[in-house]
Amino acid sequence: MERKIRVLVAKPGLDGHDRGAKVVASALRDAGMEVVYTGLHQTPEMIVEAAIQEDVDVVGLSILSGAHMVLFPKIMKLLKEQGAGDKLVVGGGIIPEDDIQELNKAGVTKVFTPGTTTTEIVEYIKTEMASRA
Amino acid sequence: MGNDGKAKKAWKDEFLKSCSKYESANASGRKIEALYDPSDVASLDYERDLGYPGEYPFTRGVYSSMHRGRVWTMRQFSGYGSASDSNKRYHFLLDRGQTGLSVAFDMPTIMGYDSDHERSEGEVGMCGVAIDSLEDMETLFDGIPLDKVSTSMTINAPAAMLLAFYICVGEKQGVSSDRLRGTIQNDILKEYIAQKSWIFPPEPSMRIITDILTFSSDHVPRWNTISISGYHIREAGSTAAQELAFTLADGFAYVEAGIAAGLDVDTFAPRLSFFFNSHLDFFEEIAKYRAARRIWARHMKEKYGARKKESLLVRFHTQTAGCTLTAQQPENNIMRTAYQALAAAIGGTQSLHTNSMDETLALPSEKAVQIALRTQQVLAHETGVTNTIDPLAGSYYVENLTNQLEADAEEYFRKIEDLGGVTKAIDMGFFQKEISDAAYGYQKAIEQKTRIVVGVNEYVIDDEQIDIDLLRIDPEVEKEQCKVLTRLRSRRDNAAAQAALDELGKAARGTDNLMPRIVECSRRYCTLGEMIGVLKAVFGVYKEPIVY
Repeated sequence: MERKIRVLVAKPGLDGHDRGAKVVASALRDAGMEVVYTGLHQTPEMIVEAAIQEDVDVVGLSILSGAHMVLFPKIMKLLKEQGAGDKLVVGGGIIPEDDIQELNKAGVTKVFTPGTTTTEIVEYIKTEMASRA
Repeated sequence: MGNDGKAKKAWKDEFLKSCSKYESANASGRKIEALYDPSDVASLDYERDLGYPGEYPFTRGVYSSMHRGRVWTMRQFSGYGSASDSNKRYHFLLDRGQTGLSVAFDMPTIMGYDSDHERSEGEVGMCGVAIDSLEDMETLFDGIPLDKVSTSMTINAPAAMLLAFYICVGEKQGVSSDRLRGTIQNDILKEYIAQKSWIFPPEPSMRIITDILTFSSDHVPRWNTISISGYHIREAGSTAAQELAFTLADGFAYVEAGIAAGLDVDTFAPRLSFFFNSHLDFFEEIAKYRAARRIWARHMKEKYGARKKESLLVRFHTQTAGCTLTAQQPENNIMRTAYQALAAAIGGTQSLHTNSMDETLALPSEKAVQIALRTQQVLAHETGVTNTIDPLAGSYYVENLTNQLEADAEEYFRKIEDLGGVTKAIDMGFFQKEISDAAYGYQKAIEQKTRIVVGVNEYVIDDEQIDIDLLRIDPEVEKEQCKVLTRLRSRRDNAAAQAALDELGKAARGTDNLMPRIVECSRRYCTLGEMIGVLKAVFGVYKEPIVY
């Protein structure tokens, strides 16, 4: 049997807005993926540890506090340092257009902004994972 | 009803010939019929169920003259960057005719971390103003006389500390604490349920709250000590009925905690206020406010034995629904906000925040917030909405909806009681699951296009370029704020600060009221993080149940 895509949905930073993260987690689960949700207020270290321990293929980061330019690159750096730089990392939240290009450069391959459908997110992850297989 | 029933059936047959959609689901998933008539409000008794404004059960409003006597307070939630950045914004808003202040704090302040704590990195001043100590609070209110303006502070776990800072600023301005007017949100139950900015576990959190209630009734009698909030419950994805039910259930839990702490209900209940969302379904929102007033009054009088009229009142602030704003064609948000503001005004709100069009993209720019404020001013002064109190009373539809919402709320109260009360239901993830299920349902309706969102799933502009100016927070704010803290710690009397912190710890381990100790710590320029740190060592921190 084909291995299911494993996804860590994570909430870095201090904000408590988990509506989006939970909606995405539910949608990925309903699309047949195995989803682990970290809960709120996670440090980059906690997220990277969970990603490695849970052996996920994809890390989805959700943040609405404005701290993405500090926290996302930090997570990318830690993943690489711990030999987990091959995971697909995507993000979402209140993230201005200008910041997205920089985040892409740091290795967050896709940033989903408000109004994105869960179908688009599912499709993106499936396509990316298929191209990596 | 004989002939009426026949006439209605004939009409309905005609209706169905031209339209198959006699029932449809609204934004809350509630079934709405195409027409309501007297049979839908047959049980309504005017005196018992509605009464006059300012009279029990207050369905029509909490004051006799409502907006004709005084227009709602226009209170834009605002704060960003450093205390001096936000002070400038407050002067701008007051200058443009705003009538009250509402402080937005940054995430480190909300979570009780100082700006130089490692968890604060990247967050300082980002989604609100950074406040570390009394020194920042002095800057925040520089040139703003605290005896002239009322201030609402969206702060929960560290509410006691921010109230203490405010009291100390008052002292420095020569305004005694009994003259201070304002609100601390201080609604920790909805933090566990929806907004998720908690620090301590429920039990010590409730103790801090009852300490604030006791202290304030003696020292800050004009202060609203808890703003029992449905706003965040709705933003997290709940329906209107869930917002109503969970908010009032939280309110009853605070009342029970106050009574259990030995307080007479009439000493603290008059200072409880409420905070609701105004979402997209215009009529349901109006019915929600009406139902809230009636349910609260009935329970407070009949169940909790309140005797003072003021204990029975749902005085409330409203904020238009941030979650309905779209990043696409952001100017459309001006219209969404205006309709939502109208519902709040007709629903009898005491104060109102109208969202700015750019809030899905960033904190509001000066231009955007000015349009939002002007939306309220046009509503209040040009449309005539303030002329008549509760103008939709007697509408078959709105009265029926009000009854339905009340019945739904009572059903939830029974469920919550069966689960063992609000804190037990939180532990079991009951509210959290109800809300996340509703949020997922809402999203699915958008994706299946059973719900149209203009500019998002319909009327989309391909390759849209957004050309509004956005506010950017200077990352230098964080460095500056850390410097301010270093300077503070080198200048203050550190022995006196430490002594005050030790006293706070002693009170936390015992049963003495924490508030006087927190005020003393503030006077000694202890930082927010230091005070929270002392309490964390005694009370521990909360761990959430993961449900979705």
